[in-house]
Amino acid sequence: MGTSIRLVHDDLRPPQPSTRRHLLSMADVSRDDVERVLGTARVFASSLDRAVKKLPTLKGHLVVNLFYESSTRTSSSFELAAKRLSADTLTIKSAGSSVDKGESLKDTALTLGAYDPDVIVVRHPQAGAAHFVSRIADAHVVNAGDGKHQHPSQALLDLYTLQQELGSLEGLHVAIVGDVLHSRVARSLVQAFALMNMRCTLVGPPTLLPEGLAESTTDIDAIRDADVVYVLRMQHERMQAGSNFVPSLREYTAKWGITPERLTPGQKVMHPGPMNRGVEIDPRVADCGDALVETQVRSGLVVRMAILYDLLVGGPVGVRALAAAEVA
Amino acid sequence: MLWMQETEQANVVVRGARVVDPSEGIDATLDVRIDDGVIARIGDQVDTNEHRVVDGSGLVLAPAFVDPHVHLRTPGREDEETIASGTAAAAAGGYCAILGMPNTDPVVDSASTLQSLVEAARRDAVVAVGFMGAITRGQAGEELTEMAELADAGAAAFSDDGVPVSSAGLLRRALQYSSITGRPLALHCEEPSLTRGSHMHMGRVSAELGIAGYPSVGESVMVERDLSLAAAEGQQLHLMHLSAAESVAALRRAREAGVRGSGEVTPHHLVLTDEAVRSLDPNVKMNPPLRSEPDRIALIEALRDGTIECVATDHAPHARHEKEVPFEAAPNGVTGLETAFAALYTHLVGPGLLTLSTLLERMSAGPARVFGLDRPRVATGARANLVLLDLDREWRVETFRSRSTNSWLIGETLRGGVVMTIANGTVAYQ
Repeated sequence: MGTSIRLVHDDLRPPQPSTRRHLLSMADVSRDDVERVLGTARVFASSLDRAVKKLPTLKGHLVVNLFYESSTRTSSSFELAAKRLSADTLTIKSAGSSVDKGESLKDTALTLGAYDPDVIVVRHPQAGAAHFVSRIADAHVVNAGDGKHQHPSQALLDLYTLQQELGSLEGLHVAIVGDVLHSRVARSLVQAFALMNMRCTLVGPPTLLPEGLAESTTDIDAIRDADVVYVLRMQHERMQAGSNFVPSLREYTAKWGITPERLTPGQKVMHPGPMNRGVEIDPRVADCGDALVETQVRSGLVVRMAILYDLLVGGPVGVRALAAAEVA
Repeated sequence: MLWMQETEQANVVVRGARVVDPSEGIDATLDVRIDDGVIARIGDQVDTNEHRVVDGSGLVLAPAFVDPHVHLRTPGREDEETIASGTAAAAAGGYCAILGMPNTDPVVDSASTLQSLVEAARRDAVVAVGFMGAITRGQAGEELTEMAELADAGAAAFSDDGVPVSSAGLLRRALQYSSITGRPLALHCEEPSLTRGSHMHMGRVSAELGIAGYPSVGESVMVERDLSLAAAEGQQLHLMHLSAAESVAALRRAREAGVRGSGEVTPHHLVLTDEAVRSLDPNVKMNPPLRSEPDRIALIEALRDGTIECVATDHAPHARHEKEVPFEAAPNGVTGLETAFAALYTHLVGPGLLTLSTLLERMSAGPARVFGLDRPRVATGARANLVLLDLDREWRVETFRSRSTNSWLIGETLRGGVVMTIANGTVAYQ
């Protein structure tokens, strides 16, 4: 025959199930995992009351933060968590790095992989980015937010916050209010709440409530029955002219904004930040004693310490001994 | 309308294979002798005429396959596929004829571009290949191509595949004008305002994954519009890569009402559902997207009852680096020529969802009929377009003749292997 048939032999190994542990999605997390991480976080929380807050636990380990999206609390929280455990940290933001020059995520991950990091924390605007990095990098990968898909460390810190504030998680009812459609936080929370036998109601405009995720309603009065109201950020970019998810932010606020009048006395209010005061949350609510927003940030630090510890050292048994011995 | 390189015509006897040709009503153990590329004898113990003898015992000999939907990426992206590599992949998959789509760079929207492809096919193609011309210039959806000249140059059909013909008025004109060519329009049905920014089927899985969804109605609303126009104009219409139950229902209704509409379905839509997207593997990302289990069942049912007449691979090669990205960043499309039969034999015939005979018909006679091509057949005097299949062979998908490797089946073990393909009288693969 005139054409030679060229066999493309390629290293086409199918993705092997990794033996390395990652935190990519709440869908992969078990109830035991949650209880272990929250337990570890409580131990670390007690260590933070001491005068010297640094623990030598992860000395000699390298934690790389790879952030392709702007972030204040998540990136600072992971960085400080690593530092409090004496790990070395490298924080790479897409602006000003070779990502600006068009380097692919694969090459950036391989480049950083050459430093032999123990953990890579990834935030990326596209769903699947952290999974992708976990397939190519020889490190534990933590998903710090991928597109509208998952943000598991946020869900864990919210569970921790709820447990600290309200005691048992079992049977708690949380109403998640706002733009569920575009919220990775909501997706991770829905799975986390189901895992811990909690009840979850999604509340918001019909155009922003995806079908099939959880019990949902467009009626804001539904939040009255909940123990906790979890307010999502109304993202301005979703509300640009022509997108037509809601006619205007003004109408959104009038229909679904969280005001003191809409709350039942004693209800706790949470928000993953950053808040748009006066849009999804009335400033009087944001500043009231039942708002747990700063507590969530504080929880973020110890929960992320616990996540790093859990991935690198594992098991809860050693934690108490380690923390106690090293702080003493 | 179809071209390939001129090569030695086969002189071969296939001895004792189970010969299955649903259109000819044959299913029996027979010998088939091919003299100079033409089927000369079918029977018991035929003389070998000193031809090479292939032992067909335990194997199936059937009409070779016809794929009406292949992206050969030539011209423009020869790094992804060439006519040589794409037709070699087709031969390995048991195909004797394929049709290339015109969404290349440049688009096949003029006779001169088409002629250059015809020349390349005469030089490089190891199976017969035909080419579709675009419906609109540059596939921009604004001006009709010179369809008469394209047809004279050999365009097999017309398509703007990859993008829909958004304007109903323009599609109506295309239906009217293309009638002078006798070649069908092959349509990609998608309503852009319902699908913009999407990466997967809209449903429970997309809600959980937080990936923007392409709802079924984004396809079916356009299927209904296009069938209505075909009915109004009394013209033939072919609907490509159908994915949604609603689209299938619309096609079935239109056919019952006498509309000359035909449809095709891909192996991946027949085997996978959107549950596969949970892996976030870019090799399960394509347009139209993988849909739900009820959609898959409706597609299988339509293939079985003939509402959908063809299996088409929508073989869409992509460079490795373009697929090695997060799911949402990946381009749409998967390869399929080398795995289509085995995938469907393993996942549809194996579990009893489809008979072997129906599968063979929909992969060969069905597409040939829709596009007015000679039907590959097992008949004395017919040019040999045959595939020899080993239904018991188990093999692992790991190497490709295609230049691209974006298969949704990498690493899978399939049943049903191609032993030999004879295309237009020539042994194209063994």
